[in-house]
Amino acid sequence: MKIIVNGEAVETTSLTLAALLTELGKGDAKVATSLNETFVPKTLRDTQTLTDGDRVEVVAPRQGG
Amino acid sequence: MPTFYGKDIASRLMLGTAQYPSPAVLADAFRRSVAGIATVSVRREAGGDQAGQDFWTLIQDLGVAVLPNTAGCHSVREAVTTAQMARELFDTNWIKLEVIGHADTLQPDPFGLVEAAEQLTDDGFEVFPYCTEDLVLCERLVAVGCKVLMPWGAPIGTGLGLNNIYGLRSLRAHFPEIAMVVDAGLGLPSQAAHAVELGYDAVLLNTAVAKAGDPAAMAEGFARAVEAGALAAAADPMEPRDMAAPSTPVLGKAFL
Repeated sequence: MKIIVNGEAVETTSLTLAALLTELGKGDAKVATSLNETFVPKTLRDTQTLTDGDRVEVVAPRQGG
Repeated sequence: MPTFYGKDIASRLMLGTAQYPSPAVLADAFRRSVAGIATVSVRREAGGDQAGQDFWTLIQDLGVAVLPNTAGCHSVREAVTTAQMARELFDTNWIKLEVIGHADTLQPDPFGLVEAAEQLTDDGFEVFPYCTEDLVLCERLVAVGCKVLMPWGAPIGTGLGLNNIYGLRSLRAHFPEIAMVVDAGLGLPSQAAHAVELGYDAVLLNTAVAKAGDPAAMAEGFARAVEAGALAAAADPMEPRDMAAPSTPVLGKAFL
């Protein structure tokens, strides 16, 4: 299926958000996630399924003012 | 020294972590500033990039409290979702809430700010709202549960200092029990000293230090300035007056 990850189109076979992160090499990374503009806690990534057209955001700690 | 949501902080300086020439310069500036709080953000991370983890390790080594922000958010939903992601990433209920209403001035959207502050407070967050010195706005923020107010001195990144001294003084007087921070717009230590002289508990700045030719020296300058301001505020300053008054006694002057 085709989804959007951080604004870019991605073709994936991952069925859950947790599987997608592993596919992206972020399985153990310090990141937070949202799906279709709604926060998805780390504890729910295993059960959060993905569907075609979903918009996923993956963010990490960064400098800020 | 300030107390924010029950946590004592041993410094009146809160320092941002953006725009430094290098991580080493950032760390040196923090050491010289003796800042007690570092502001941070959350941003997209490209595939394979470990910059986020590296940055987090650097911040942890500073030994300061972390205040994540919602910088760049222009809607309530954006700000709330960003805050939720920040809470998980940084393991803190503190959030510096920014809901930007104008792209040129980065002026807060007061209506969105109150709405987002209420949602986040209800969700257990401890909100540090980046606001203006508008008294009615600040009353609404306090009414929805904010125990800290952070009015701007001037627009973010301008270095213009305290644009509305009357408004800031009036706001301080109106909320004697609320912790208050002048956030944004400061360019020089003298402006930070002035903010604390007005009774503000702390100042929050970033660009003035990060973009200085010698960030570490400027950080120490701000650290000394806020301490000078605090000494002055506690020392019961004299009342200003319009007419001159001789400080040297007139009595006893020789007739020449």
